Amino acid sequence: MKVTVCIGSSCHLKGSRAVVERLQQLVAEHDLKDRVELSGKFCMGNCRNGVSVTVDDELFSVSPETVDDFFKQNVLAKL
Amino acid sequence: MGKEGRKFDTKVQYLKYKVLREVARIAFDGDEFQLANSFNDIAKVVVPGPKATMRCCIYKERAIIAERIKMACGGDKSNPNVIEVIDIACDECPASGYQVSQDCRGCIAHRCEDVCPKDAITFDENQKAHIDKTKCVNCGACAKVCPYSAISNHVRPCERACKVKAISMKNDDMRAAHIDNDKCISCGACEYMCPFGAIADKSYILDVISMLKKSQNNTAYKTYAIVAPSIASQFTYAKLGQVIAAIKKLGFHSVVEAALGADMVSYTEAKELAEKGFLTSSCCPAFVDYIRKSFPKLADHISHNLSPMATIAKYIRDHEPDCKIVFIGPCTAKKMEIQLDRVKPIVDSVLTFEELQALFDSRDIDFSQLPEEALDNASYFGRIFARSGGLRDAVEQALKEQNIDFEYKPIACDGIEECRLALLKASKGVLPNNFIEGMACVGGCIGGAGCLTHEARDKNEVDKYGREAMEKTITDAISVLK
Repeated sequence: MKVTVCIGSSCHLKGSRAVVERLQQLVAEHDLKDRVELSGKFCMGNCRNGVSVTVDDELFSVSPETVDDFFKQNVLAKL
Repeated sequence: MGKEGRKFDTKVQYLKYKVLREVARIAFDGDEFQLANSFNDIAKVVVPGPKATMRCCIYKERAIIAERIKMACGGDKSNPNVIEVIDIACDECPASGYQVSQDCRGCIAHRCEDVCPKDAITFDENQKAHIDKTKCVNCGACAKVCPYSAISNHVRPCERACKVKAISMKNDDMRAAHIDNDKCISCGACEYMCPFGAIADKSYILDVISMLKKSQNNTAYKTYAIVAPSIASQFTYAKLGQVIAAIKKLGFHSVVEAALGADMVSYTEAKELAEKGFLTSSCCPAFVDYIRKSFPKLADHISHNLSPMATIAKYIRDHEPDCKIVFIGPCTAKKMEIQLDRVKPIVDSVLTFEELQALFDSRDIDFSQLPEEALDNASYFGRIFARSGGLRDAVEQALKEQNIDFEYKPIACDGIEECRLALLKASKGVLPNNFIEGMACVGGCIGGAGCLTHEARDKNEVDKYGREAMEKTITDAISVLK
């Protein structure tokens, strides 16, 4: 599974670093490094609803507060 | 120069800008065929006549404009250097070396004669001094001692500006300036100093416009703009966020800070320095080129890092191989850097701030109507790379953040002359420092030839922009990239 976090300026200001760091942590904690490929992208053209995250090609809006829930529902559950 | 012209330091820049703008206008709206047919039209827009304002007649003025259009369209393809002399624009300024002027009073002391090591000074019946050019070695001793400052050195502005001594006079009747490509580091200093605008950098605006058009609004592929941190000191008539919005309005998908690449560079450069014990920076392409051309024995000590531009571009490229990447900055030497084997596959083209201004105005972008868009990826330290001393400070911070135990003894060389001195000492083993930050332009990138303006407060603008960064440490800024 490919999870890509927008690290463009807009999303960065809305907390994409916290989202990336938490996702890295969760992937490591659950020992999913072989199953989940995390990467970054500069702007997904969805600046208003950042932080933008795609799971394979599906787009989500995540915030540092909702990242744990997002991981459970849209990453873990879909593996 | 008018209100519009005040965006630039000099009227020469303004002139070049007008040509770029008109070429861009046609390239955006039409095609290459149309452009080929528009040389005369553009010349008439830039030189409306009927009276000549720059040269002997409007026909020469227009002929030179035609040469400028050629530069705007990529220049002489057979010349590998991006900096070129426009022969017919060169005024062949007198370059006679030390000359005695009318101010010579014909005094009794004759200090000039006493101090001359070559007995090159003679006196006429009025006791006025004359310099025998067959004996004079241009040491300048006479000029220093003349109580009336009547002796001065007549050097062409381009030659004076070129500290790597790559400029000479052509040995023909024209006596136009000539650039030695084996010495030239493409910094653009001569271009900025020539009062006639007879030296110019090749422009790749046509390539960029074609990329933007073919992307079909970033659907066929995405075009990324990587902007240099020195942008903070430019386009002062608008807010930085509006400039970002304007870049996107031209058709770029996203604007990314080269300063984030600088954060990445300082992080790995700190490690490399601790490992190797002595290093010269690799951020400034003109400095790197200078080492390779003039101090080849030191080339092994050049940091193996790509420049900040290429480092961040590589990250984007690795994740999106079919995208297009354009660097926008103050630098003419970057146009050479992207031709290097290591960089060619990563960065597609380079624009200067001058050229960006021309693109904005070719699309008649109205800044007062633009919203402010965000530009925030890098840390304070990545952003201050734009000025002399920034890289030095960033590497120090990167050593600290990584708890690397290393006795850091840096030297920040401001301008290619200071670089030369440090490299000379290093080559003889007498440099007390173990890290050389080399910036070819005085002031750092904010002194680049491709800047619209060069002002004393530019450094403060860069530092201010640095302090506004959301990320305060290098580690935090680059953590998203791992």
